[in-house]
Amino acid sequence: MKKVLFRPSQLKLFLFIFTLMFSVSIFAQDAEESDTSESEVEEVVPGADPAQGKELFNSLCAACHKPYKKAVGPALHGVLDKYDGDFEWLYKWIKNNRELIDAGESRAVAIYEEYNKSAMPAFPQLSNEDIDNILAYVEQPKPEPKAKVAGGEGGGDGQQAGGGLSTEIVLGILAFVLLMLVVILYLVNKTLRRFAEANGVAIYTSSREKRKPIWVAFAENQFLVFVLAVFVLLGVAYGGYGYLMQVGVDQGYEPLQPIHYSHKIHAGENEIECKYCHSSARVSKHSGIPSLNVCMNCHKQIAEVSEETGNDEYSKEFYDKEIQKLYDATGWDPSTQSYTGETKPVKWVRIHNLPDFAYFNHAQHVSVGQIECQTCHGPVEEMEIMYQHSSLTMGWCINCHRETNVKTEDNDYYKKIHDQLKEKYGVDKFTAADMGGLECGKCHY
Amino acid sequence: MSSEKKYWKSEEELKENSPIVSSLEQNEFVEHIPADEFLGDKNKLENSSTSRRDFLKYVGFSTAAASLAACEGPVIKSIPYVVQPERLVPGVADYYASTIADGFDFASVLVKTREGRPIKIETNKEAGVMSAGKARIHASVLSLYDVKRLQNPTIGGQPTTWSAFDDAIKVKMEKLGDKPVVFLTQTLASPSTKKLINKFVEQYPNTKHVVYDAVSESAALDAFQQKYGFRALPNYDFSKAETIVSVGADFLGDWQGGSFDSGYSQSRVPKDGKMSKHVQFEANMTLSGANSDTRIAAKPSVQKHVLVELYNQIVGKVGNTNLNEKQAKAVASAAQQLKQAGSKGVVLCGINEVEAQMMAMEINETLNSSLVDVQNPRMIRQGNDQKVASLVKDMNAGKIGGLMMVGVNPAYSLPNADTFKTGLEKVDLVVDFAMKADETAMLSEFVAATPHYLESWGDVQFTKKNFSLVQPTIKPVFNTRQFQDCLLKWTGSNENYYEYLKSSFSEDFPDNSWNRTLHDGFFTANVNEVVSESEDDEDEIEVASFNASQAANSLLKANEGLELTLYTKTGLGDGQQANNPWLQEFPDPITRTSWDNYLTISKADAERLELENRNVANGALDGSYAKVTVNGVTLEKVPVYIQPGQAVGSVGLAVGYGRTEAIQDEMQVGINAYPLYQNFKAVQQVEIEKVSGNHEFACVQLHNTMMGRRDIIKETSLEIFNTKDKDVWNKIPEVSLDHQETAVDNPDVDLWDEFDRSIGHHFNLSIDLNACTGCGACVIACHSENNVPVVGKEEVRKSRDMHWLRIDRYYSSEDTLNEDYDKKNNIQGLGSALSEFAELENPAEESVEVVFQPVMCQHCNHAPCETVCPVAASAHGRQGQNHMTYNRCVGTRYCANNCPYKVRRFNWFKYNQNDEFDYHMNNDLGRMVLNPDVTVRARGVMEKCSMCIQMTQKTILDAKREGREIKDGEFQTACSNACDNGAIVFGDINDEESVVYQKTQEDRKYHLLEYLGTKPNVLYQTKVRNTTEA
Repeated sequence: MKKVLFRPSQLKLFLFIFTLMFSVSIFAQDAEESDTSESEVEEVVPGADPAQGKELFNSLCAACHKPYKKAVGPALHGVLDKYDGDFEWLYKWIKNNRELIDAGESRAVAIYEEYNKSAMPAFPQLSNEDIDNILAYVEQPKPEPKAKVAGGEGGGDGQQAGGGLSTEIVLGILAFVLLMLVVILYLVNKTLRRFAEANGVAIYTSSREKRKPIWVAFAENQFLVFVLAVFVLLGVAYGGYGYLMQVGVDQGYEPLQPIHYSHKIHAGENEIECKYCHSSARVSKHSGIPSLNVCMNCHKQIAEVSEETGNDEYSKEFYDKEIQKLYDATGWDPSTQSYTGETKPVKWVRIHNLPDFAYFNHAQHVSVGQIECQTCHGPVEEMEIMYQHSSLTMGWCINCHRETNVKTEDNDYYKKIHDQLKEKYGVDKFTAADMGGLECGKCHY
Repeated sequence: MSSEKKYWKSEEELKENSPIVSSLEQNEFVEHIPADEFLGDKNKLENSSTSRRDFLKYVGFSTAAASLAACEGPVIKSIPYVVQPERLVPGVADYYASTIADGFDFASVLVKTREGRPIKIETNKEAGVMSAGKARIHASVLSLYDVKRLQNPTIGGQPTTWSAFDDAIKVKMEKLGDKPVVFLTQTLASPSTKKLINKFVEQYPNTKHVVYDAVSESAALDAFQQKYGFRALPNYDFSKAETIVSVGADFLGDWQGGSFDSGYSQSRVPKDGKMSKHVQFEANMTLSGANSDTRIAAKPSVQKHVLVELYNQIVGKVGNTNLNEKQAKAVASAAQQLKQAGSKGVVLCGINEVEAQMMAMEINETLNSSLVDVQNPRMIRQGNDQKVASLVKDMNAGKIGGLMMVGVNPAYSLPNADTFKTGLEKVDLVVDFAMKADETAMLSEFVAATPHYLESWGDVQFTKKNFSLVQPTIKPVFNTRQFQDCLLKWTGSNENYYEYLKSSFSEDFPDNSWNRTLHDGFFTANVNEVVSESEDDEDEIEVASFNASQAANSLLKANEGLELTLYTKTGLGDGQQANNPWLQEFPDPITRTSWDNYLTISKADAERLELENRNVANGALDGSYAKVTVNGVTLEKVPVYIQPGQAVGSVGLAVGYGRTEAIQDEMQVGINAYPLYQNFKAVQQVEIEKVSGNHEFACVQLHNTMMGRRDIIKETSLEIFNTKDKDVWNKIPEVSLDHQETAVDNPDVDLWDEFDRSIGHHFNLSIDLNACTGCGACVIACHSENNVPVVGKEEVRKSRDMHWLRIDRYYSSEDTLNEDYDKKNNIQGLGSALSEFAELENPAEESVEVVFQPVMCQHCNHAPCETVCPVAASAHGRQGQNHMTYNRCVGTRYCANNCPYKVRRFNWFKYNQNDEFDYHMNNDLGRMVLNPDVTVRARGVMEKCSMCIQMTQKTILDAKREGREIKDGEFQTACSNACDNGAIVFGDINDEESVVYQKTQEDRKYHLLEYLGTKPNVLYQTKVRNTTEA
């Protein structure tokens, strides 16, 4: 009877904790969804369509211009103010600026000189309406950066901090509940004993006669001990072998890099070919960590990521900061669009490490064997942080050599060998192993 | 049967009742072990609470903890370029053509660079003239990474900046007043530098230029000047030679700049039954003597008689010579053959006296020799002994205001170095342009740190018409500046030397494109274009007439005493690269001794003077010491090496050793012989006296020996080669099959089935014993390509040298080797074996014949090493290579034991990053030379020649990538690439167009120890000597 009295209080506690937890997370979701502000469209250029302008801008102008920031060319926002709304001049300039410069028109020459005489291509295909549209697009006021409620400044860090806080609360509550349970159990036990005492029930500890404890019986049975010893030894051997075999195997190694470089964004979303950056994989044993000047081929223009690139885990601000790290390393000053000459080489953490006694050549596999990078490196295009996909053990190499056919087609080197083999063994396909790909000295010298 | 012989390490042991010996016998350690000291207080020790058991527990736990912790992999950082230079791809080697010109060695080279650092020197095969081939040139890349290099300019021993240095010099120069400034330079042979010096002279008219060669060719230069009016050396082309008679000239060594090998070797390979005849008269056993058909040992005074007699017989009688019967006969026969050869004969003279050089030139003129080229003579020796001597005199008289030394080390290499040093103190301004703080730099107030040639710009005039460019292949490693840049600075020019060189080049040779020439590394100028003729042309030129009988009279002097011939060793040369461990460990081709110089003496003289050589139990060589006195100058303890073939009455000693400044302790070996080089004469009267002591050589001649086995060397005479059937002189050995003698290459005698190697590549290496001169370029090239470690003198002595490729040198004194075999078969017991083998090695006669045989892993198709490896670390590849898998090897050494060729090398120690082996692999700078494509082996594993599988794999990969077939000549190994003599040829024998395939079809071909049936993939070509007797 008394037990029934206890239960509701426990249930109440649990219910209270559950509601508390849910309410916290619901509140958090609300907070995130709350802010979606629409920027007002101002009619700067009458009758023009900024949406069409955006399209044109992205296809024709974006390589050199940005609306609100200086790139190769000047920032275009405010261009109407700059030239006092002189639409005619702007039409002429955009359609064929060379004409204006050659004519010695003062404003044209001034801007030409300012940008170190780098010529802007002519766009005779644009109609005046098109140009109006573009101007309408670029003259839109700069959208205010979206204010984040949780976390504030550093996207990633904030997220992590938020997560940490909630788990602490949950853990704290759990610890409290456990403590309460112990106290309750003790109280229950105490009460029951008191009842028993009051009802005159004798509490005995051990009623049966003393028997041999089971472990003593076990220890005295030599056969069982022997069998157990065998199993223990086998287990230790198995475990030991497994342990030793994974020494030096770093599958899944995912170190933090000095610059958060996302293969997912580059190779995945933007579909940049692997060998564009890792160009030496075609000719050299090393795939090569791209030198920073390769990054700058694109990142001279791309100083910040688009709004859509930022995600729950890593915000746009986070990525923009990483691009800034690249600029620091290369000594690129985005405001003057020039190199300062001060460089700081980046110390990347090497992920794929073969021991010195194993020789591996990328060119052989990438250029000759035409093997996809993903075969060994895994779904790189989905990796936000690069990790070691394969085990890189010798058994792993050998298996592939046994299974993979040599690409003999259209390669004059193999022509003679292929014909001879075909004649001799009547085979059309042969594997790397057949060609001597399992010989020790081919990789160990 | 056990030996009754007594072995000893030291003479001390031979004395009766020697207290040292008896105490050494009793005590394991020479000194009492100070156990009390390190165990401390006895009471404390006994009362200690840590018992022995506890101590072991702690040790066990900490070891286990340490080894578990060691399983954690290290974090490896990778730092790419910020801006990667165009065309530089990490992992792909780039080659640049450049030139070495250090005053002693001159050669066009190709420099292999990886990730911007030079790692190997290769031959610039297209250059033709003065292309690399010597061990020193291949090793010069390691001198770039010498830890002892000067890192900054110094004033009074203190490092300073270049601007401070320039200012201080300027101040000093102004104070000099009228006193002259002298440039004391090595042979620069650089037209643009000469112009710069002239420019300096214009500004400071009181300036003189003296050229100094540490090893002088002054007499030959003087003779040439007397005859043709300017200082140069005749050039020789031996490729079409029929008869070569050399009197004391080691033209396969460093005589007149060397690099004659490749032409010589061409004439030495029998073609259509013909090959050149080479007669050598010499005192020391040299490379040239070793390669000759007939070698007559003649001490230097006799050589002069030989030369006069040749003159008598060819040009006309000028004097009465005094030769013994054998010598007279040899001279007569040589003269006869020279006359027969006519314009295809040549006489070379190594006697450093003007009269002798004139006589040789006269003889060649009479022969109308087409092999001598005086129209396009060599410009790579310019030294003038008299001027150097008078400079030292003037310095002592206080007449010299400033001395600027470039690339020379007179405080070490001058015979009168002490006089030079006192003179130096009287010079107001002493500037030394040096790469190291050497003996001279230590005495100089101003030391301008100069870059290595691989960091420099420059031009070199090898011969009158053949030029070559020097280009840097790495940014200067240290804060160094070239001599030429300093000159430009000090003459107030704003140009740097690169710009100057470029404009000077296009001024002088407007027809040649700069970029093209830089790419090729060399060019040949029209004669009209060549303006500058020699560096030392300020003297008035007089073409003197030659009085032969007068010359003969001065040469024909009898000489009863011992005569010393100073020479340069193949390894160290004039001693500039003494801090180069590759060269120190390089075994001399003749004596097979590394890490030393020594007095070579004939057996007869040694016995007379009671000098001894003996081999100790492990095969190492010990020798006596001698006191060597020349004209009052004494070297106290010179080790003695008994040299077969050394002319009786003569001794030899190499210069270039015994340096102490800017040399690592390990490499301070040998004795400086330059003090004996008096008046720049290589030949000196000498007195020798035995002194006590025992010298331990690091001599490899008894190591890894295959002595006494047949089929090592096959040798025949040209006559037999031309007239007899192949089976007579190159019979395939026979083995017994069912009691029938069957040729060993018969498939029936094989124990194993043959692998099918008909598809794909099958590599073979052919070594022509006729073309190999023993120069050793291949040995160093192999070191450089394969990261072969240097082990040091002590280890070499213990037969632990790591050379993957050795050049065995065999002497023979008998007409056939059969007597040797009999002797060997009668050997009983170890003691007897050692002495008998030593006898085989050291015949008493002066007239020994020498054969060089490069031996590396033979890559047997039926390899004895492969069958005994318990872990299959040694395995066979289908391309013919015998693979050695280091990571699999557990170091049982069964394979080395089972290898009949003794080519496997065991890593007894960790040779890298180990202070016990403080050579290039023990410092960050020296390790830059390592080839990144080849593993640096760990301790406890076996290693050996891989047939440069990294190079063949690279060639195959390039062809696959480009989708083409491989042409003959593309496959190379380091040794075949380094051999410009054509002795080592490598290629694919499945390609029937290839040269190596032709070699396998030749009559001269044989395999080493063929009767063993190992079926090697290395083949040798029988040595043919151009003699009539068998």
